[in-house]
Amino acid sequence: MQYLPFVVVAWILSVGLYGIVTARHLVQQIMCLIVVQSSTYVLLLGVGYVTGAVAPYYSDIPVHTSAVDPVVQALALTDVVVEAAVTALLLAFAIQAHKRFGTLDPHELVELRG
Amino acid sequence: MDQLPVLSVVVPLLVAAGLTACGWLLRPRRRLLDAIGIATCAAVVAMLAFLMTRVARGDEVYWFAGFRPHRDVAIGIDFAAGPLSTGLACLAAVMVLSSMIFSWRYFDEISTYFHTLMLTFLAGMVGFCLTGDVFDLFVWFELMGVSAYALTAYRPEERGPLQGALNFAITNSVGAYLMLSGIAVVYGRTGALNMAQIGATLSRHRPDGLVLVAFVLIISALMIKSAIVPFQFWLADAHAVAPTPVCVLFSGVMVELGLYGIARVYWSMFGDALGHRATVSSLLVVLGLLTAVVGALFCFRERHIKRLLAFSTISHSGLFLTGIGLLTPLGLTGAAAYVIGHALVKAALFLCVGVVLHRVGSVNESWLHGRARHLRLTGIIFTVAAIGLADMPVFATWLGKGWIEDSGNTLGKPWITVIFVLASVLVGGAVLRVAGGVFFGLGDPPREDPGMAKGPGEETAETLSGREHTPLTMLVPAALLALGALGVGLIPKLGSVVEAAVVRFQDEPGYNATVLRGLQVTHPVAAAPSAPAVVTLLSVLTGAGSVAASVILALVALYWRRVPVLRRYGLEPGAGLVGVVRGLQSGIVNDYVTWIVFGLACIGGALVLAIR
Amino acid sequence: MTPALRRGMFFAGLAGFVAFYLWGLAGLPGFGRYPGPYGFIINRIAVGQTNATGVVSAVNFEYRGFDTVGEEFILFAAAAGVATVLRHLRGEQEGGRDEASPEASVHATSDAIKLSSLLFVGPAVLMGWFLASHAQTSPAGGFQGGVLLATAFALIYLSGEFVTFRRLSPGTAVDAAGAVGAAGFAAIGLTAVILGFPYLYNFLPLGTKPGAVSSSGTIALISFFVGIEVGAAFILIIAELVEQKLLVSGRGAR
Repeated sequence: MQYLPFVVVAWILSVGLYGIVTARHLVQQIMCLIVVQSSTYVLLLGVGYVTGAVAPYYSDIPVHTSAVDPVVQALALTDVVVEAAVTALLLAFAIQAHKRFGTLDPHELVELRG
Repeated sequence: MDQLPVLSVVVPLLVAAGLTACGWLLRPRRRLLDAIGIATCAAVVAMLAFLMTRVARGDEVYWFAGFRPHRDVAIGIDFAAGPLSTGLACLAAVMVLSSMIFSWRYFDEISTYFHTLMLTFLAGMVGFCLTGDVFDLFVWFELMGVSAYALTAYRPEERGPLQGALNFAITNSVGAYLMLSGIAVVYGRTGALNMAQIGATLSRHRPDGLVLVAFVLIISALMIKSAIVPFQFWLADAHAVAPTPVCVLFSGVMVELGLYGIARVYWSMFGDALGHRATVSSLLVVLGLLTAVVGALFCFRERHIKRLLAFSTISHSGLFLTGIGLLTPLGLTGAAAYVIGHALVKAALFLCVGVVLHRVGSVNESWLHGRARHLRLTGIIFTVAAIGLADMPVFATWLGKGWIEDSGNTLGKPWITVIFVLASVLVGGAVLRVAGGVFFGLGDPPREDPGMAKGPGEETAETLSGREHTPLTMLVPAALLALGALGVGLIPKLGSVVEAAVVRFQDEPGYNATVLRGLQVTHPVAAAPSAPAVVTLLSVLTGAGSVAASVILALVALYWRRVPVLRRYGLEPGAGLVGVVRGLQSGIVNDYVTWIVFGLACIGGALVLAIR
Repeated sequence: MTPALRRGMFFAGLAGFVAFYLWGLAGLPGFGRYPGPYGFIINRIAVGQTNATGVVSAVNFEYRGFDTVGEEFILFAAAAGVATVLRHLRGEQEGGRDEASPEASVHATSDAIKLSSLLFVGPAVLMGWFLASHAQTSPAGGFQGGVLLATAFALIYLSGEFVTFRRLSPGTAVDAAGAVGAAGFAAIGLTAVILGFPYLYNFLPLGTKPGAVSSSGTIALISFFVGIEVGAAFILIIAELVEQKLLVSGRGAR
């Protein structure tokens, strides 16, 4: 049970990578990239958890209460923003690709090969 | 003056934001925009050059927000500037400066975003070099990445840039997320994000699976970025289509930063922790040599000049990784010198290609044959840079290569020299073939690549072609860069200076003490016994020999149809590779990601089997 | 690569890679057994040092503020990239566009959607503002607030009020707002440098009571700028993407 979250991490990563590799639609590929990123959120938050501790917000609890690790939460917050930025850029590329190539199938989006 | 490390990152960021905020004011005033961009880059170069002189005496550690470490536990983020990292950051800034100067006349129309993105790219690169915190490394890695993806797709009215940008973005993002997983795993074990602290904590215990897995995950992103086989497929797609000044940056520094990252991550975090130096070294060397050969082969059969140069970057990336992977001071010294020389000559080559694009309007080697004869000065610069790329003695490239080979020979691995020469000859031959054919009209045009667009019309949207003369702002940077590679090779005692910096870089306990306790290490201990970085007769002979062989190969490639023997058997150099290369370099990102997963499984499996 | 070969290589690689990954993860201390020391130290000292009761925000904007600067500029660069790619596209298509009113180009939304979207715009803006200004006291911060502001903007699109939508998203103002937000954050750090402290040092008065809106010095100010930047960046991205949709429907059958 203590390692179940980490098994979930590996599962989410696998699902995401499978999606990217077998995608026939660019937007699906981008969404699967988000799924890959989600596995890192679970990993980060899973690594910082302390059993029996509360959230690290001391506005209504005494200052020395045991709390979970705030650093991984801050890291996850940073990552969410980074991922949103990359996804937005990729979606803009997807729109462009549709206009230029007329299709969103990754197998057809090839101008230079070999 | 203590604030120099910070200012060199913050100044480009602030100017980038400022340019966008005042976009409505600046858009009609193109020259002012260019001038601000160039001035900012020049300021960053000056700051980093000055910082380099300061850190020659001892690493400078800068703690953000004033949170100094307490009892060997770091609470804040630090910048740890050593001579090697600052030097690389300075090289990056010099490259961005030359690109900006080149773009002065190159782009007909530009929006504020080009300068903004170039400046954020610069800030990301400098931050990546200087940082001492592994999550901060990831943040600057992503900033570099996002700016690069946007810059690749800068000419979105063409189809090629989109394919390149998409493949680039998806593969590198997968890598970045794997790196983040590795950081999380390491954090789970050590509870630290500071590289020195992680290194100190990990080396206290015997290495186990977790350390190995974290290492592979973190360097996976860096290997993808530096285009090591089997993660290299995206690079040719992206380089071929990015605007020329941006290609200069990609080939000149971005790929090399990935390799620097591998060295940094290894020597500050995992060096002592992993142990098994010989195994890790063998892995890196094998990957490096494989990349060198694959890149060289792909390079030789390519007809699209920018893609040809991209494949040569892949090949050189492999050579650099071999130097780093030897895990000796001389190997890393050689890699550092080689990186400097390569950045300068590759930038000069790309700028010359940009001039050809500007004046003639094509990058198709077959079509361009003989058509750039009137671009005499450009031809001379291109040829000089090509000879530099072929590792001609006296150039910095030859110096670096010689030292890596020397280190390999000292370790009893003479096959490194053999493969280096092979890769060098193939790449040099390809680039000299381009020089001879396009700029001097020698021989016959190479066979057309049916997959490529013929004639002008390709890539003309970058710049209106057919101008009467080449502007000075395009020629002068190219010439200076090519001569710079020659000049760096002539610097006396370059070897001992770089090697001293490298020994300090590889001294893990010393680095930990400097960062966590503020102690300056006056006599760093070399990580491995190694020979001094001097010029040997063997390296002169090898260098001269490989240049000669490159010239011969280029001439054969140009004149083979006139030699009856070769014509009878249809032995065109490089013809047999066409099918193989085309099949692998499919342009489909699904394939690339499959290779990433497969490659990582092989690397992981190999390490597990070797270390168990 | 044929699909079969790709699938085969992928599954072989995935099996090996996942086995490798799980082997490494098995070395972790186990869920709930975080060993420290970084998190424990921060939890112990953060409230005392910064007068902020929201420790995650203190980490984000104070202890690891420099990471956040980088991340802000990642978002800024991505917004610039989106603008580059999509505005160029819009420019070449708008040449042939007629002056038909936007309402005519999209089929009408239902009254229910219109009403509920408009109802939520006000509370969303208010909530976003609340979140952005309370980073130091509760689970909130500039990012969350900024995203809510952008959501309010998206609600305006949903409600069908295109004229308002158009008027609210002129490219230059939103660009400038995002740039001001990002630059403001970097400049706060630089102000510390000018005052002789290290970059991003908390030089503003920390307030008397931990957890008040005015306490925690630069954390609150930084959160405000981050809110502006994130809001502007997402408004820009949403606006650009939505404009593409409007253009597509405006050209009739496609």
